[in-house]
This record gives sequence, C-alpha cells and structure tokens, in this order.
Amino acid sequence: MSADFPVALILILGALAVPLLRGSVRAVYLLLLPVAAFAWLLAAPHGAFGQVQLLGQTLVLMRVDRLSLLFGYVFLIATLLSVIYALHVKDTMQQVASLVYAGCAIGAVFAGDLITLFIYWELTAVSSVLLIWASRSNSASRAGTRYLVVQLLSGMFLLAGGLLHWRATGSLAFGPIGIDSLGGALMLIGIGVKCAFPLLHNWLQDAYPEATPTGTVVLSAFTTKLGIYALARAYPGTEMLIWIGTLMAAFPIFYAVIENDLRRVLAYSMNNQLGFMVVGVGIGTELAINGAVAHAFADILFKALLFMSMGAVLLRTGTVKGSELGGLYKSMPWTTGFCIVGAASISAFPLFSGFVTKSMIMSAAADGGLLTTWLVLLFASAGVFHHAGIKIPYFAFFSHDAGIRCNEAPRNMLAAMAVAAALCIGIGVYPGALYAILPYATSYEPYTTGHVVTQLQLLVFSALAFAVLMRTGIYPPELRSVNLDSDWFYRVAAPASARLCSRAIAALQHAGGSLVDGLTRRIIERAQHERKPQGWLVRSRPTGSMTLWVMIMLLGYLVLYYSS
Amino acid sequence: MKDDRSYWLDRSENVTMLYRGLWLIGVALVALDLFVSRHESIDAASVTGFYAGYGFFACVILVLVAKQLRRVLMRPEDYYER
Repeated sequence: MSADFPVALILILGALAVPLLRGSVRAVYLLLLPVAAFAWLLAAPHGAFGQVQLLGQTLVLMRVDRLSLLFGYVFLIATLLSVIYALHVKDTMQQVASLVYAGCAIGAVFAGDLITLFIYWELTAVSSVLLIWASRSNSASRAGTRYLVVQLLSGMFLLAGGLLHWRATGSLAFGPIGIDSLGGALMLIGIGVKCAFPLLHNWLQDAYPEATPTGTVVLSAFTTKLGIYALARAYPGTEMLIWIGTLMAAFPIFYAVIENDLRRVLAYSMNNQLGFMVVGVGIGTELAINGAVAHAFADILFKALLFMSMGAVLLRTGTVKGSELGGLYKSMPWTTGFCIVGAASISAFPLFSGFVTKSMIMSAAADGGLLTTWLVLLFASAGVFHHAGIKIPYFAFFSHDAGIRCNEAPRNMLAAMAVAAALCIGIGVYPGALYAILPYATSYEPYTTGHVVTQLQLLVFSALAFAVLMRTGIYPPELRSVNLDSDWFYRVAAPASARLCSRAIAALQHAGGSLVDGLTRRIIERAQHERKPQGWLVRSRPTGSMTLWVMIMLLGYLVLYYSS
Repeated sequence: MKDDRSYWLDRSENVTMLYRGLWLIGVALVALDLFVSRHESIDAASVTGFYAGYGFFACVILVLVAKQLRRVLMRPEDYYER
C-alpha cells in the first residue's frame, strides 16, 4: 500500500460516483466510503507522504502524525455517523456535498504545507454552504451567503498571512508559527474565524440553525474542529489564546439561556466548548494540549448526538423552538434518551465523555495557577449543564406538554444516535482508549474520588438552581424572539449606514448640482443679455468718458506718488 | 395521533418528589465532601462544599443576568426579515 495517496480523495473522488448509483446500492456505497478511509488511516505509517513539487516548493499532501491522525479518526467517525443519520434523505446534492466537505476537512488536517491547507480550507467553505442552501428557503439562502462570505474571508486571511510567513521564513511548512510576525497574526485571524473567536463567532449561530436537519449534524463536526486542529498545530502555548478562550467559554452561555431556537442554543454551547479547547491550546503544556484535542474529539461526538436529537425533533414536528415544544418524551422516548446521553456528556457527568476530557483542561489551568481562567471555566461548566444539559432536553422533551403527538424518529436516525451515544459512554467509561491516541503520552487519572464528588456537587447544585428558578417562576420563559449578537453590525448597522451615506451623497449631488446649474445658467443668461443691443458688452461709449477715466487714474497716481 | 395514556411525570406530586430527591442527593454529596481528602491546586476549591455553592450561585447569577440582557438584546422574531 502506498501512503502517498491522500486519504481525503477517497471521500472526495468517491462522492463523484454517488449520483450514478441508485437505491440500496447507493446506501451501501455511502456507508463503505468512510469505512474504507478509516481502514486506510489505520494502516498509514507516520511521516510525510504525497510530496509534490510545485513552483520550486514541496507540497506535503499527507503529513501523518499523532495529532493529524486523531482528528482524521474522529472526522471519519463523524462522517459515518452523519451518513447513517441521513440515509433516509433522498437529496443527491446533500449526499455529495457532505462527503466532499468531510473529505476536504480531512485533507486540511493532513496537509503538511500552507498551500494545501489553504486549498482544502476554502473547499470546506464552498462545499459546506450547500448544506445550508439545501434547506431551500429564503432565509437559509441569505444565511448561507453570509456564511460563505465569512468563511472565504477566513481563507483570505490565511492566504495573506501564509504568504507573508513564506516570504519571512522561506518555508511553506505548516508547523508552529506563533504571533510574533504579521504573517502569523493574520493567519491567527483566519483560523480564529473558524474557531469562532469572540466577535468573529456569529456565523455559527447565524448559519447552523438554517441548515437542513441532517446538514447541521455534518456542519457541527468539521469546520470549527478544523480550526481547533490548526490552532493546536500552529499556536500552542500562545498566551493570548488563554484570554480569548476564557471569554469564549463564558459569554455565549448568557445568550444560550435566553435563546428560543434550540439548534441555536446548541450553536452557542458549541462556542462555549470551543472556548475550553482554545484555553487548552493557549496553556500549551502537554496536559493542556492533550485536553484540548481530547475534548475536540469528545465534543464532535456529543455535539453531533445533540444536533441529531434536535434534527429528529425538527423532522417530526417541523420546529425546534422551545416556545412550541414540550412533552415530546411521550412520542419520542428513544430520541429523548439519546439526547439525555448527549446532554450528560457535554455537561461532563462522570461515566460520560466530557468528564474525562474537559477535566484535563481544568487541571492544566489549575496547575498553571490561572485562577481567573479556572474560575470562569468552572462557571462555564456549571453554565453548560444549565443551558445544554438541562435546557435542551427539558424544553424539547419535558416541560409543559405542548400536545404534539408524532412518530418516533426514523430507524436510521435512531441507529446513528445509538452509535454516537455508545461512543460517548464508551469514552467516559474507558478513557484509556482515547488517552492512548493523544499527541502526548499521559498518566492522567480522571476518576479520583475527589474529582467525582466535586463534579457531582457542581452539577447537582446547578440542576437545583434550575429547579428552584423554575418552581419560583423566576426562570425566563421561552419566547418567540431573536437576540441581537455581533451579526447585527453587518446585517443592520452596516447596510443602514451604507444607505445613509448613499442618501447623503445623493442629496449633496443634488444640492451641489442645482447650485452649479443655477450659477451657470445665470452667467449664460447675463452674457446673452449683455450681447443684445443696449447690452453692456456691445454698447458704444463716448470719447469724453474715457478722457475722464484717464484723468482720474493720473490724479490717483499723483496722490500715491506724493504721499509715499 | 391520540394519546390518552397517563404518564408518571404528569402528576405534580411525582415531580415534587423528584425535586426533593435531588436536594437530598445534593446534601449527601456535600456531607460526603467532609470525608474525602482532595488535592486542589487552587486553595479556595479545597473548602468543603465549594463546588456546590459555586455551581448553585453561578447558575442563579447566570439566569438573572441573562434575563436582564433580554431587555437590551431581544427583538421580534421577524426583526431581520423586515
């Protein structure tokens, strides 16, 4: 077997054959592609393969090491889950776009140089937007366009920064870069967009809830985690990231509490979880980097599971708004159960995946003496249980019975959720399997009595706070509404100020135009008037008046001459 | 689809029972904390029941602040479509 063949092409080229196949053959083929690619990865040796010479530069299409392999594995698991989850969908465009998008994300993960990375980076944007447009509604179309612009801009920053970095260092290799040079700083902005840094984040909440029920599951797995991968590769130990991540972990949870669209709540909680990973990369110790990538691995699975459960609700009821749902556990008991597993995992309950991954980042922060960061992350841990762990299952499946009676989710959706739930529990119960493939060897032990007791305290009392606030009626009800976020600046403020400017310019043009017009007309009229008989220009003047004026001039001259 | 079955959670006394049970578990966990020796890198965290208090008040503050944020941030659902 040649390791030179880029694993990404198995999915990307494989996707091209999808439209040619029909029925169950197509279904089997879709399932086989990620399985084949996974087998390929298992057999791949470490090293730099697929080297191509281009314009005097060496491009590395397959850089296989522990970091890229870990993301490759989990991306392929997510691809398989999303294929199973979407088996009932008869939309060829979505099937092809999902596979190409997953393939490009995997290609970017294995890219050993900046050019290859950039190409795959932009291709993920172009292929993923199809999953948003596939909703085929006006609002999805506009949200997709905004998403595409933001994603392509991210690529432009990456390209500009990459080229500056190349000129400064003479190397296109994608390794540790740092923010000391302009090129490194620009690349960080590009990667920051994908990681949803504060103020660069809102494409996530804007676009993901607009995609199809199955599309959001695919979207949730790749783009942001590709950002985290790139961050871990290029900026480990960059102190600024600790503060960015701390902020990211905290502010979205306030939004999540008051947001009505439950898929948007999940998008906010995604932002919050990415914050933990960014902090981990920023701390940069072996434990912290291990924690960041392990948490990315776990997050892909439990976030996919949560989005799958909400997608099933959307498919069956036509809405995921907290204000319209409630009591669905009666109609969709299995979906409810799987959703609770996802909720327990993201909330880091002992025996679920989040517990064994997030705690590595918390420990790294505490060991580093980062008190503020640690306290904020602990606040965010309580908050994530509150808004994702409780709010999502509670308002969708319990709460007051909204009277909706529907069928349970289709079997393929349940199967995908079951596999994801099994993986979430599997990682939580047997963390050694995940720890064994982390970038650094680790002896971290998540299951100490102290850790289990304190984590349970945190979670139980967060739940009690929710219950007390609910029973006293203080908890804000779910309302049909939207909440302003940073997208307001480009969706409302920027167009409004552009309109204002263009109106001002038009008014100025109008006013200026009429002023100039009026003046010109008057000069022309005057000139025409003076050219007529008796006009000043054509009048004949007596000689005497000229003599008079000459005399006046001479007199004036004399006066000036003697006075000086 | 018609569904006339009655569910255990539909009865409010059962919900109240769950609620009280949760308090019991919480109190038990804090009591357990007295007997567990923990090694915390952050001094404040070694206080008995620190995580319980922090979790409870973090969530109350979170909700109260978020509720106030609604006054500033909330708009009608069709805000962007108008």
